[in-house]
Amino acid sequence: MSGILLLEQALNGLQLGLMLFLLAAGLTLVFGIMDMVNLAHGSLYMVGAYLIATATQASGSFWWGLAAGVAGTALFGVLLEVSVLRRLYRRDHVTQVLGTFAILLMCNEAVRMIWGSQPLSLNPPAALSGPVELLPGFFYPAFRLLIIVVGLTTAVLLYLLVTRTRLGMQVRAGASNRDMALAMGTNVQRLFTAVFGLGAALCALAGGMLGPLLAVQVGMGESILILAFVVIVIGGIGSIRGALVGALLVGMVDSGGRTLLPMVFESLFGAALAADAAPAVASILIYVLMAAVLFFKPRGLFPAHG
Amino acid sequence: MHLPRFAPSRLVLTAALAAATAGAWAQSTEPVRVGLLSTLSGPGAGLGVDIRDGFQLAVKLNGGKLGGRPAEVIVADDQANPEVGRQTADRLIKRDKVDFMTGIVFSNVMLAVGTPTFASKTFYVSANAGPSQYAGEQCSPYFFSASYQNDNMHEAVGKTVTDKGFKRVALIAPNYPAGKDALTGFKRFYKGEIASETYTALNQLDYGAELSKLRATKPDAVYIFLPGGLGINFIKQFVGAGLSKDITLFGPGFSGDEDVIKAVGDPMLGMFNTSQWGHDMDNAANKKFVAEFEKEYGRLPTLYAAQGYDAARLMDAGVRDSKGKLDDKAAVKKALETAKFDSVRGAFKFNTNHFPIQDYYLRVITRDAKGRVTNRTLGTVFKNHADAYAANCKMPGL
Repeated sequence: MSGILLLEQALNGLQLGLMLFLLAAGLTLVFGIMDMVNLAHGSLYMVGAYLIATATQASGSFWWGLAAGVAGTALFGVLLEVSVLRRLYRRDHVTQVLGTFAILLMCNEAVRMIWGSQPLSLNPPAALSGPVELLPGFFYPAFRLLIIVVGLTTAVLLYLLVTRTRLGMQVRAGASNRDMALAMGTNVQRLFTAVFGLGAALCALAGGMLGPLLAVQVGMGESILILAFVVIVIGGIGSIRGALVGALLVGMVDSGGRTLLPMVFESLFGAALAADAAPAVASILIYVLMAAVLFFKPRGLFPAHG
Repeated sequence: MHLPRFAPSRLVLTAALAAATAGAWAQSTEPVRVGLLSTLSGPGAGLGVDIRDGFQLAVKLNGGKLGGRPAEVIVADDQANPEVGRQTADRLIKRDKVDFMTGIVFSNVMLAVGTPTFASKTFYVSANAGPSQYAGEQCSPYFFSASYQNDNMHEAVGKTVTDKGFKRVALIAPNYPAGKDALTGFKRFYKGEIASETYTALNQLDYGAELSKLRATKPDAVYIFLPGGLGINFIKQFVGAGLSKDITLFGPGFSGDEDVIKAVGDPMLGMFNTSQWGHDMDNAANKKFVAEFEKEYGRLPTLYAAQGYDAARLMDAGVRDSKGKLDDKAAVKKALETAKFDSVRGAFKFNTNHFPIQDYYLRVITRDAKGRVTNRTLGTVFKNHADAYAANCKMPGL
């Protein structure tokens, strides 16, 4: 029985971790290569989820909705980069935080003006809406399995893109030493736009995958953005590999902590104290993890800058 | 200048007459000012928007008037933040000099706004928040609830679950004061065994861990108090995990209301929830409200909209029955306490602590005749139900 519980938790952790990775990948590249703090990253996730929900309702097919929404969000990201963010790269971090925070607020209110304040419906395709029996007596939601498959596939593709292609080489060069990459003839402006568009598409993909599990509503980006920042700080800013490892760590620790801590506390301190203390401790666990990583490796697990 | 001697006195007389007429005129056309402070931004905005829309609909249907005087509704956003709420309330009371306050969704904001509002002798008509503090020891002559006391809906679910014969129930609520109060209210009327009691983080997105635990503990039913987006996330994941086949889902009215249904859709079918109101309730006031609301806003009203609507109609009765003398606090208080208005929930009367004594109903989410997924009222859980705190309220003087 508890074996199944552990297995299910491991899958939950993997699934949450992979989705965090999709968000953190774009964030870490923007932060690492462009040295830019982008608080509006979560807004791309929200815009993506809204576009996918709308396109799904219009077309009647989740898959077409997903494709249209991801493409639309990538376009939105590119436009945002070209029109506004480009002007913020050379400014200091405080200006960037203020500027992108303003974009975040504007996105929230614009979404509210277009779609209204009530959350939107986005449900998984009917074939994937129920559970599947993975092992005898072990049921797992089919859609969560799909999320794991999509997350793993994207991680592999991203890994190939970064390590095996010319674009990836430029990205890595930009992340480890921007001035040198510039001196070697990389068109940094175009690279930035491409990276930003890619980051936006990954956000939308995460929004489309998580939308059927979570609420598609105004402000959905902020709660997940904090986790994404924790991930890139743990993984090391600018590193895709770091983002993957950090995301999986955060996903596992978060899911595992919420199941295991109450059990451990109950056997140690009794039920009454466990009911009060365990949820509180479980919710700070990932921040404890972050603090521990920063204590031993102040630049994260896989620092990108050389 | 050869003015007649009596001229000054005639002038004074004319002026006095003019002033008196103007005074009477001012009383009937001087607007009633209402500060509608609600949550209009952030994740909780849907709730505040519904209160606002319900309130404004009532004013509109009343010809833009409250108690025969023109109504001026000043809408402000508390951002679900007690600090912001308190500052904005100060502005509404001191600068805009409002006669009534209303609109707050969240009890923590309510507790922050209540103190300065009551101190300034401004009447507050609640369209949602009903914290236990204001029902019990800290009750105020300036506070009137047109909604419910926070514990009531949870008590109604506790009774329903017991009546339906469920023996092992799992409880889930966020780890904050209202979450603990909710489960306390539930347990006040639930007689069976509690399979597990889980408190989750208030910003939690993924309930995978809690669902695995449910699968392992195998309760007959699960009761959730997860407001707004939390409930949406939980219900979607609960159904996706296939647990809805073996475990019956119960929630308070706000976890099964039209805003949540709109976001979740078909997976909501079959969920039980309790409320003091349902959009299908068969009374003339309610039929008019639901039809006009749908016509005006193109969606079904939620509980919050109904409460906003009733808050406006309660104020209307208060202004009317105090003959528009809003400075006479005792008259307004008496008019509100005995307010005669047709509530959309049917019978409505105030307890000694200014909270309603009312019926609570069981609703289930089904498909209606038009094929929409929506609530259907099944029956009465409590008749003339009062809250558990009224006995602790020694209502102070004005």
